[in-house]
Amino acid sequence: MSTVGTNLLEVTDLSVGYASAGGAPRAVTHGVSFAVAPGEVVALVGESGSGKTTTAQAAIDLLPPGGQVLSGRIALDGEDVTRASRRRWRQLRGARVGLVPQDPGASLDPTKRIGDSIAEAFRIHAGAPGPRHGTVLVRSIRPRVLELLERVGIDDPERRARQYPHELSGGMKQRVLIAGAIALGPGLLIADEPTSALDVTVQRRILALLDDLRREQGTGILLVTHDLALAADHADRILVLRDGRVQEDGPAARVLAAPSSEYTRRLLADAPTLATPIHRAAVPAVGGGAAEASDGAAPPALSVRDLTVEFGGPGVLARLVGRGRPAFRAVDGVSFDVPRGTTHALVGESGSGKTTTARAVAAFQRAAGGSVTLLGRDVRSLSAAGRRELRRSVQLVYQNPFASLDPRQSILQAVEEPLTNFGLGSAAERHDHAVKALERVALPAELHARRPRELSGGQRQRVAIARAIVLHPEVLILDEATSALDVTVQAGILRLLDDLQRERGMTYLVISHDLAVVRQIADSITVLRGGRVVEQGSTSEIFERPRADYTRELIAAIPGASLDASLAVTGTTSTLSTTAPTGA
Amino acid sequence: MSTDLSLAPGPSAVLAEEAGVEAGDAAGAAGTVGGVAAGGAPGRRRRRLPALTVVASFALLGLVVAWALLPALFGHADPYAGVPSEKLAGPSPAHWFGTDTTGRDLFTRVVYGARYSLLGGAVAVTVGLVAGTAIGVLAGTIGGILDEALMRVVDVLLAIPALLLSLSVIILLGFGTTSVAIAVGVTSVAAFARLSRSEVARVRRTEYVEAAFGSGGRWWQVLLRHVLPNSLTAVLALAALQFGTAILAISTLGFLGYGAPPPTPEWGLLIAEGRNYLATAWWLTTLPGIVVVLTVLAANRVSVWIARRSEA
Repeated sequence: MSTVGTNLLEVTDLSVGYASAGGAPRAVTHGVSFAVAPGEVVALVGESGSGKTTTAQAAIDLLPPGGQVLSGRIALDGEDVTRASRRRWRQLRGARVGLVPQDPGASLDPTKRIGDSIAEAFRIHAGAPGPRHGTVLVRSIRPRVLELLERVGIDDPERRARQYPHELSGGMKQRVLIAGAIALGPGLLIADEPTSALDVTVQRRILALLDDLRREQGTGILLVTHDLALAADHADRILVLRDGRVQEDGPAARVLAAPSSEYTRRLLADAPTLATPIHRAAVPAVGGGAAEASDGAAPPALSVRDLTVEFGGPGVLARLVGRGRPAFRAVDGVSFDVPRGTTHALVGESGSGKTTTARAVAAFQRAAGGSVTLLGRDVRSLSAAGRRELRRSVQLVYQNPFASLDPRQSILQAVEEPLTNFGLGSAAERHDHAVKALERVALPAELHARRPRELSGGQRQRVAIARAIVLHPEVLILDEATSALDVTVQAGILRLLDDLQRERGMTYLVISHDLAVVRQIADSITVLRGGRVVEQGSTSEIFERPRADYTRELIAAIPGASLDASLAVTGTTSTLSTTAPTGA
Repeated sequence: MSTDLSLAPGPSAVLAEEAGVEAGDAAGAAGTVGGVAAGGAPGRRRRRLPALTVVASFALLGLVVAWALLPALFGHADPYAGVPSEKLAGPSPAHWFGTDTTGRDLFTRVVYGARYSLLGGAVAVTVGLVAGTAIGVLAGTIGGILDEALMRVVDVLLAIPALLLSLSVIILLGFGTTSVAIAVGVTSVAAFARLSRSEVARVRRTEYVEAAFGSGGRWWQVLLRHVLPNSLTAVLALAALQFGTAILAISTLGFLGYGAPPPTPEWGLLIAEGRNYLATAWWLTTLPGIVVVLTVLAANRVSVWIARRSEA
């Protein structure tokens, strides 16, 4: 490989630790080594707690308080910066190494115009000679800012430069942040989960931009991601980290085709992609909209017709005066049917109205028009008491199990609560039922007295599921129930949900932005965009013969095309990867 | 005034503890374009304050409570009958705080006065806490027009200067220790209402409250089980803070002569009685004043401690 001095970044035997209450710092990474050459993309892949972000932060000296390099060496362009002074780091950051942060929404100063945010990099480094630039003069900043905005694909840079962050979409903010990171022409970019807060189609465009930068300017990129499929598509070299140790290190093609560690194999198996084989038996699709859809057959568990939900209409007073803003239509004429015992998925990007639809189904959101028939009951006309009675048979599982569990309740209390609410059984029986539900979701008894914050994300979501199934509901609404979880944890939860459905014949309404997951668990799919139905049909129809351009775009944006290819090469049987459209 | 109590310390303290495990991923998001390019150091270090001041505060409050409950144990003289020959004596081993114009032991009087201040503070905080929290919880949970109406009343309360408001209440209720305590309590109703409303509104919007309704919880069940326990820690912190403030306000009103009548050893009155002798007998105002200041400081420290602890 390359010799010292030519690599943009060389990390050798790096151990990073955090100060702990006990005294001696606790190491969270152990002997991590890798190098990034110009024009190379190296991916650090791992689940939460694997040390991938810590390693990346150490490489740019931005460890959170308490963090320190315990041993090892970090070199930028051959210069040992392991013990570099703050002053030296200020010269290096921005000029030699740029950072693309994780959450574009929280990473731009909301009180600064976009142009000023980017110009700040020049101003701070004005007079400091960068490695690839001469001295930047302050008055020459503006044209350079506009040039940068254009470079990262922002239309009408003149106008955008004058706007504030809240006027930009998430994808555009991330472009602005990339513009700021490349402003001084650093040879190395550190991108920490640069797209995990973005929609899939936006993610695809941002990653394409990073690919362009690498190709055209020879920028080396250290890509930190939890998504092996994404790394597979964009990295030359992949490092798989687990508990702070390197599990796997090699060229992307080799890691994917012939992983040497057991853990990488498991990650590959658990990462849902288009190539993952499907085990579900096909269920006849029941498209919505048409009234004759389920004629003669058993009535569907859930039937939604022309559902409309509006937000922020004029208030009482404004309506009297005859003024006020018109309401915003979040859901506009959505119809679908879900037969008993099947899984229907509502798919779409943020703002598509998928969550709002689900909330209207669960009677958490007032609908403006249309009808929702759930288990033979008209949800919209239910009284408060009727809605409460409905909850016995319909339960909702939320995306973030930390927010959906009361921090003060023990998990056993949380699971017992629905039984208490409906006054079912004696206290002892309720306790037994709750314990059984927790057993069913594989949470051992020693965890029962714990509070949510003492559990991992996957365990918390299991608690939420236990609480949802303890009443033996017939319908379960899963609102992005696995998207906050690591892939191996997600795989476990999906298996659990599948088993529960088989055992109890439950009907699932799944809300998700992740088509790869939806493909694994759904029988039928409704694709939403801007509150309207774009396309609906059985899962195989949608994936094999998508009719709408938007659906094709969504499917193409699923990362992991190269993963599918390599799986096909290694002989993993996959009926769909050959037939699924892989891009426009 | 103290409505932002709950917002005080940022998440960085928690972050530092967990950073090794998970928070590291989240921390990557910090910093703006400029901040990153500038390379500002990744943050001020936040270390936990030693619990020593908290222990001391609790000890001091405990002592004052003991004075109030069993004054005879601490004050060995008679708080009302003085020895005229020993009048206006400076602090000495026999009279720790000196004696007043009629030769009464000042320390004994301070000890006996604790009862009035503490009881007054307790009544004031109870009035504020109960009325304020009731208003805030009603406004926060029911919302709508009731929320608007109640909060406008609170705005009006906030617009009247606290001293003027308590004087008006005293004039309505008549002079006396109890009226003073109630009057001081009325002035804190607005702060309690504001804070509890914002806390209740925050908790009400959380997913676990919706999930509780979703699992069949009735309005009052969810309120008692989830909303109140999760929103009232901040209110309790404010109560501790208000306790100190109330003691101060009661002393102020006592000083102005609206509280207990003269022989009573109420703290504000003690200071008022001594003010004519400031040049010749400094201890008459200074020493009871220090006791008031320390008690208020201790209550404030305890308040901060409650607020911090509820966030950990």
